[in-house]
Amino acid sequence: MKKISITLNGESRTIFVEPNETLLEVLRDKMGVKSPKCGCDSGDCGACTVMLDGMTVRSCLVFAIETDGQEIITLEGVSRNGLTPLQKSFLKHNVFQCGYCAPGMVLSATELLNRNPHPGLHEIREAIAGNLCRCTGYTPVVEAILEVAKK
Amino acid sequence: MAIPFEFGYEKPATLESAVRLLGELGKEARLLAGGTDLANQMKQGFRVPKLLIDLKGIGELGGIRFKGDELQIGALVTFHDIRHSTLVREKMNILHEAAGLVASTGIRNRATMVGNICSAVACMDSAGPLLVHDAVVCTVSIRGEKRYPIGKWFIDNRKTAIGDDEIVTHIAVPIPQKKYAGAYQKMMRYSGEDLSQANVSVLALGGAEFRVAFGSVGPIPKRSPKIEKILTTEGTSKETIEKIKQEIGKVISPITDVRATREYRLHMTRVMFERALMTAMERYRKPHIIA
Repeated sequence: MKKISITLNGESRTIFVEPNETLLEVLRDKMGVKSPKCGCDSGDCGACTVMLDGMTVRSCLVFAIETDGQEIITLEGVSRNGLTPLQKSFLKHNVFQCGYCAPGMVLSATELLNRNPHPGLHEIREAIAGNLCRCTGYTPVVEAILEVAKK
Repeated sequence: MAIPFEFGYEKPATLESAVRLLGELGKEARLLAGGTDLANQMKQGFRVPKLLIDLKGIGELGGIRFKGDELQIGALVTFHDIRHSTLVREKMNILHEAAGLVASTGIRNRATMVGNICSAVACMDSAGPLLVHDAVVCTVSIRGEKRYPIGKWFIDNRKTAIGDDEIVTHIAVPIPQKKYAGAYQKMMRYSGEDLSQANVSVLALGGAEFRVAFGSVGPIPKRSPKIEKILTTEGTSKETIEKIKQEIGKVISPITDVRATREYRLHMTRVMFERALMTAMERYRKPHIIA
């Protein structure tokens, strides 16, 4: 067991982890943060996406112990002061059905918009690629992000 | 799923202490940079290290920089770094292009190019662009520094020439001393996740010189001196390209698996060769990428 200190959604937290625990397991099982989901467990599907120091990562492929001293933002953190314009656009466009991919989609699009507030279609597609969705066919997701990008 | 065995974790602050640690433990330790391959390999039981040595505390292993006539890509440089480096886009567009086709943003934010060539899975995206640029893999160990020409780096699928006590510090990519432009073609079903089923890299250089590498169509990625010679001596007429397409069947040895058949890979490698060649030549004619 090793003690690590992280900032999770704006709060300083200290927790004991084993080297073989992934960040996804620690967030869900030890810290009660349930928006990152276990889908493929091999980095392909995007359901476990979280932000590590402002960049999206696959939390199923990150060892929790690696994140000592870093800042983690999950979907809960993105919307802690109310829904963002991006999330409101997702609602307006009725983007999701089952919602399993939603945290990864929202975080990937948030990362893109943080870096580039007015991305084009190609950049939006590149940013959300690898967040697998079996409900929507992706079109409403892209349209919702595009609407925010044009503002 | 938890990783089903226990292991230790160290994060040395200097390269010297990492070298010493790895020198003591050898193959019982694994080096950790992005970890996107390693975490999967450990979940699958393919790698069962006793200790992870996290290199991310070692500042000198990061950074993309010019030194003399070479571009140096540090061991901690991610595909995101490469994709968003103006230096790479202007000086080595083929690396910029290939980096954008590696997995997804979430993987590229973490995965490193050095890790990619150390995992050495046959379908990797980094090898072809590095092969056509005659890159050199630079390592350090308690025995000293070593430089491996990239053509001698890959031994077999998932096997490289690296010693158990060696750490790759960076990849050195020489900047050609004449005008050049490259192009990378990758066959995949959809972007964002898929591994390449076949890939082709072409570098066009001044003096009608060409370099060509094939990936994911054999146990290791490789250049074809014969095809390069045909292009350099006979040019790029339609007839020559057809002749080379036939030659490709003798150069590569694709397999049939769940992702594509041998025949489809062979066919598409021929198609992608022509596309990569045409793209590289078109870019060559554009002045902004002159070295």
